[in-house]
Amino acid sequence: MIVYVTKRLGIGLVTLLLASVVVFSVLEILPGDPARIMLGMNASPDALEALRQEMGLNQPAPIRFFHWLAGLATGDLGRSYTYSSPVIDLVRERLVVSLPLALISLFLSTVIAIPVGVYAASRNGRLADTLTMGAAQVGIAVPNFWLALLLVYVFAVGLRILPSGGFPGWSNPVDALQGLILPAVSLALPQAAILARVTRSAMVETLGEDFIRTARAKGLPRRKVLWRHALRNAMIPVLTILGLQFSFLLAGTIIIENVFYLPGLGRLIFQAINQRDLIVVEGVVMLLVASVILINLVVDISYAIVDPRLRISQ
Amino acid sequence: MKSLVTVLSAAAVTLASANFAFSARTDLVLGVVLEPPHLDPTASAAGAIDEILYANVFEGLTRVGPNGEVLPALAESWDVSEDGKVYTFKLRQGVKFHDGSTFDAEDVKFSLDRARAENSVNAQKALFAAIDTVEVVDSQTIKVTLKQPQGSFTYNMGWGDAVIVAPESAETNKEKPVGTGPFRFERWAKGASVSLARNPDYWGDAVALDKAEFRFIPDAAAAVPAILSGDVQAFPSFPAGDALAQIKADPRFSVVVGATEGETILAMNNAKAPFDNIKVRQAISHALDRDEIILGATDGLGVPIGSHFSPANEAYEDLTGTYPHDVDKAKALLAEAGFADGFSATIKLPPPTYARISGEIITSQLAEIGIKLEIVPMEWAQWLEQVFTNKDFDLTIIAHTEPNDIDIYGREGYYFGYNNPEFKAVMAELDQSSDPAVRNELYRKAQHIIADDAVNGFLFQLPKIGVWDAKLTGLWENSPIQANDLTKVRWTD
Repeated sequence: MIVYVTKRLGIGLVTLLLASVVVFSVLEILPGDPARIMLGMNASPDALEALRQEMGLNQPAPIRFFHWLAGLATGDLGRSYTYSSPVIDLVRERLVVSLPLALISLFLSTVIAIPVGVYAASRNGRLADTLTMGAAQVGIAVPNFWLALLLVYVFAVGLRILPSGGFPGWSNPVDALQGLILPAVSLALPQAAILARVTRSAMVETLGEDFIRTARAKGLPRRKVLWRHALRNAMIPVLTILGLQFSFLLAGTIIIENVFYLPGLGRLIFQAINQRDLIVVEGVVMLLVASVILINLVVDISYAIVDPRLRISQ
Repeated sequence: MKSLVTVLSAAAVTLASANFAFSARTDLVLGVVLEPPHLDPTASAAGAIDEILYANVFEGLTRVGPNGEVLPALAESWDVSEDGKVYTFKLRQGVKFHDGSTFDAEDVKFSLDRARAENSVNAQKALFAAIDTVEVVDSQTIKVTLKQPQGSFTYNMGWGDAVIVAPESAETNKEKPVGTGPFRFERWAKGASVSLARNPDYWGDAVALDKAEFRFIPDAAAAVPAILSGDVQAFPSFPAGDALAQIKADPRFSVVVGATEGETILAMNNAKAPFDNIKVRQAISHALDRDEIILGATDGLGVPIGSHFSPANEAYEDLTGTYPHDVDKAKALLAEAGFADGFSATIKLPPPTYARISGEIITSQLAEIGIKLEIVPMEWAQWLEQVFTNKDFDLTIIAHTEPNDIDIYGREGYYFGYNNPEFKAVMAELDQSSDPAVRNELYRKAQHIIADDAVNGFLFQLPKIGVWDAKLTGLWENSPIQANDLTKVRWTD
């Protein structure tokens, strides 16, 4: 197990280093002068030059890269050109929205999808299976921003029981949670639909295995076989999808953040790219790469937990 | 018995009116599309900064009013010397910055010197270019000497880029703005909102609002439910033109269409063939059908323009008839220019919806006279670099939102490459004069020159669509400068 984890960690570090090179080079190629974007169309050349000097943009790229890398190694992500505050503070402000939102969505999606998937598998081929999987197909097809707008019109404009968007901050947790309900549901339902289908097909496959028949023949009740024996063995693809979904939920939610004007990580990156606030883009992307690597590591470890065969073979 | 009834009813009336007086709200949530990059209006061109802070948190010597007029602000009054070169401003007494420090002539000198300094990052340094010296006469008087007379000087001092800041807080204004205005800065929740609160020590009339929150709502699809649900009570520049009918039909809201300073033009690269040929530019101007473009790009709300000047300005000349929509004439002109079979070119479009839609319509209109356009959509950063800075373009569409900016046609090396000594002479004359009648006459002349030269395709004035709760009063109808002045805003009931 220790060897297994160490190996994964090593791969993770190499990936991180490669990612830093790629991220930095891509942003170097990107056209657009940050100073010009900040000062606009009427800016005088000497004001532009003064600002470039102030932002350190006049140094050659390799020097800036090594400065940045050295900063990363010590946990310093640098300072934003436009916000003129440390990148890490900006990220922290956004994470208090993005992380709870991702966790709530993931939780909702799991508690909906797994029972539905298991149930559909147990009714394989029958009407209940067809109906639930049909519903899941619709859930996959529905774009989440459309679902989001629908929910806003029903619950905020029509019923007026939830806010139409915005995030009031955690000083009042009830208000904060209310602000996250609709976005979380909009994100969770399409994800749940995918997860339910994956759960079902993994379960159907597992339920056809010999050990299930053995367990049933041993006299174990159907429910117990389903939830204890079959589900555990069907968990590997489910965990894979969950890991992917969590990574997506952390930063890929820009559309939902826009619909609900939430100050999340997705919008931070989007704004930073538009403003050519390169240091922010670089920092946030690196953090995301790191979190994806971390999530994959957790998923890999949980594979080993649910499936002891993996522990031995590695 | 009768008297008791009278007393009771009188009491009831009193109660009701007291209740009425207390029921007026004093808080307001406004929606704005763009989040400012920071909160210092003297260090960025971003209009989003002025939209929150101008007149609310920061004030200048003068200020621009709802109709573009110059009003006194921190300067109570001013005298101009005979030769138009020396401005003596009498400053208001008893003004305090939000951090408690006293405002005086030293702050004015500091702010003006800082803005025009060598290493200044002020985005509108040109506003201060005419200043020769700034002298403190006494704590309440400041004397500004200009290198040459400048008729627009007091107007220039009313820009957001010319607000007065204190030396103690100038460096930290980006994060924590400290001004002299009727509202003080409370909180900036990055990505979400900026909150302001009433400044109890304000020198002028107290404002009616206790609290104002500017919420950033970038998505037009989100703006509509935000206003319909009442979560946001005012959207001074509403981004969703196509949802207006729905909101107009709802008696809870006022929809106010006003004018901006945004002249939207089909800019042509005058320095590049074939657009260096006036016949080609005239042909294009004749080929444009403004009504169709305005209908498509602004739901018919934009006001047609025939030169680079705002119809709201008193010196405005209606030149929309200079090149009426006439496809045959356009083809004839194109043939005279040697392009009987037309030619191919590109049109580079920045992200705003007005540019993208106008671009598509214009592409089909120019196709009628044989000019085949390839549409190249780009984001702002790319547009600024390729089109604006490197002048690598044939055609583009852009709204020039700075007020009174016809002088860009006389600017050396400006992106559309226009160069006409006659026009430059008019601009030079304009700088020398502070007499409004003379200035207006010169502005008219300038409008004619660029219209006749068909420098660009002049399309329309960008409308300002304001949507707010019908019980709100005091928000600006027009936007002579980018600002959401809340000083006169109140709830009625």
